[in-house]
Amino acid sequence: MDSSLHIPLLQVKGLCKHFPVYNQGFFKRQAGLVKACDDVTFDLMPGETLGLVGESGSGKTTTGRTILRALQPTRGQVLFRTNGSAVDLAALPAKQLKPLRAHMQMIFQDPFSSLNPRMAVGDIVGEPLVIHGLAKGKNLTDRVVAMLEKVGLKPEHRTRYPHAFSGGQRQRIGIARALILHPSLIVADEPVSALDVSVQGQVINLLRALQQELGLSCLFIAHDLSVVKHICDRVAVMYAGKIVELAATDDLFTTPRHPYTKALLSAVPSPDPDKKMSFVLEGEVADPGNLPPGCSFNPRCPVVEEECMSEAPQLEEIRPGHFVRCHTEQCPKGQWIREE
Amino acid sequence: MALPANSTVERTADRADVVLEIEDLHVSFRTETGVVRAVDGVTLSVPRGRIMGLVGESGCGKSVTAYSVMRLIEKPGWISGGAIQLHPRDGTTIDVTALSEKDDQLYDLRGGKVSMIFQEPMTALSPVHTVGNQIGEAILLHQDVSSAQAERLAIDMLRKVGIPGPETRIDQYPFEMSGGMRQRVVIAMALVCNPELLIADEPTTALDVTIQAQIMALMKGLQRDLGTSILLITHDLGVVAQMVDDVAVMYLGRIVEQADVRTLMKHPRHPYTEGLLASLPSLSMDKEELPSIAGSVPSLLEIPPGCPFHPRCPYCERGRCDVGDPPPLREWAQGHGVACVRAEEIHPETNREEES
Repeated sequence: MDSSLHIPLLQVKGLCKHFPVYNQGFFKRQAGLVKACDDVTFDLMPGETLGLVGESGSGKTTTGRTILRALQPTRGQVLFRTNGSAVDLAALPAKQLKPLRAHMQMIFQDPFSSLNPRMAVGDIVGEPLVIHGLAKGKNLTDRVVAMLEKVGLKPEHRTRYPHAFSGGQRQRIGIARALILHPSLIVADEPVSALDVSVQGQVINLLRALQQELGLSCLFIAHDLSVVKHICDRVAVMYAGKIVELAATDDLFTTPRHPYTKALLSAVPSPDPDKKMSFVLEGEVADPGNLPPGCSFNPRCPVVEEECMSEAPQLEEIRPGHFVRCHTEQCPKGQWIREE
Repeated sequence: MALPANSTVERTADRADVVLEIEDLHVSFRTETGVVRAVDGVTLSVPRGRIMGLVGESGCGKSVTAYSVMRLIEKPGWISGGAIQLHPRDGTTIDVTALSEKDDQLYDLRGGKVSMIFQEPMTALSPVHTVGNQIGEAILLHQDVSSAQAERLAIDMLRKVGIPGPETRIDQYPFEMSGGMRQRVVIAMALVCNPELLIADEPTTALDVTIQAQIMALMKGLQRDLGTSILLITHDLGVVAQMVDDVAVMYLGRIVEQADVRTLMKHPRHPYTEGLLASLPSLSMDKEELPSIAGSVPSLLEIPPGCPFHPRCPYCERGRCDVGDPPPLREWAQGHGVACVRAEEIHPETNREEES
């Protein structure tokens, strides 16, 4: 990365999204609070892909949607750089948000429900340009055709409807729709998990090629660690609404620090029958509406200590660029943990 | 070791060793646009006391094959050809395809001799009955016991599948449990009648990785203890490698390759299996272009002539792979079947006996 690019495109600081739970009575008293996304902090550099991994209910999708203001954040800042200055997406009134939406787009998980079945593909892909008033007539058609070709579809596909396409092709349509505005930020929410293995590779390769070509920054939400390893520069692991570990991809996969990350990595079944699975994590995925006191991971943690039961750990940098939220990994300020 | 090009794979005919035999099964579905042949000539036997994996992408016919064994194919679908035979431990043979819809033997089969674990535990369980009632129902239908005994059996089974405090859990409803717990209940329900064959249709696909690891360990442990024969349907090659003893790979309604798990994962001989394995992003692989299979799975209404895989195959030879009937599954080596006419040309220098 060249040095002029060292200003983050996106800075997320202490982002929280809490959902109140009401009881069923007439007065709808608040019965609880689901902390779906809690104190999420990270930077995203221009051209970088950051993976956001976690199990269902860990808050990765909520985080992605809150950043794009599809959900109103409860607290926190989302600083997004556009035209040389940073704006706080979390505090912006909805009206001022619309022009910014051209710079940030989303790719959805399910290519079957994210495309309107009654719209022709050309209209789906061209709709963002129409909404933002950026193109019409022949110019619109040309840009749609160019975009379709870029994602590996044919110009004549423009007049067909989504039902005529396979899952992989539909996901290409979703990618074309997201990229036609030349956004600087893409939030890809499990873009390949609904696809068959043989097609997954095509879509991942396409995403990577387009990202390099257009210099996109991408927040890549996934539960499949092997896909994340393939596409991401850095990875953040989420558990019960919080980031528990954040590091460069190689670091995270070779020297995971948080016990949850270790468990997650060891739980992926290897396609080599001679490599038997070694370690099984006991217990259930945490319920974000009913978290234990202290560290949320303490009921399942194999190295739990007394401190973990009462005090929630903070995300701390234990090595340059490697953040961990765990009592057992923390050390006096200013010192890095030595390599094992 | 030249083999006649058309010889089918030798199957173990010994009924003591085989619990299920599927012979040239065809299942079709009538649709508005024509008849879809979802399963198009599948021949498969499940060895007793082992785990057999059936792998393939969506639409390849793996679930339809399994549903046929339970006779769960409903209109507009029907079993249009072939035979399915179940060989219970008592030495009898049940001709599943010949049973009439009202036959008592069919009821005895479903949930009794053959039971099934479904992908989505929330839809497989009734939301308005307690877990105990649902397991109890299976016991009372298939075993001659009192309801008090049935409850005891249900509690025992819940304990075996690792549910803590089964005495209280038995009175709970599925919504009070997590996804992993619910899947344990489904497994308990499937195993409580000690079936001859357990069909598990993507049993871990809807679960998180750490829970998937738990359920996989549980199923393997139970299989070892109870000696159940399992037909495991999945699209996840990682699950296959870790769980099963033998594998059959399906593509467009046909088995394209079949072998024991080690041979298949390490020395795949069909280009489709090869492509499938290569396109797996693995944790031990470096960041580079991910290999993938060109194109996408064609519609079952437009199955290509000749080898159904030829439009996506990197080794396709015009005039040979794209004409005539689909290549039959033939013996490549002992216990290793491949449905590819060019297997020898693609892998000329291999010692087949050493691989298996």
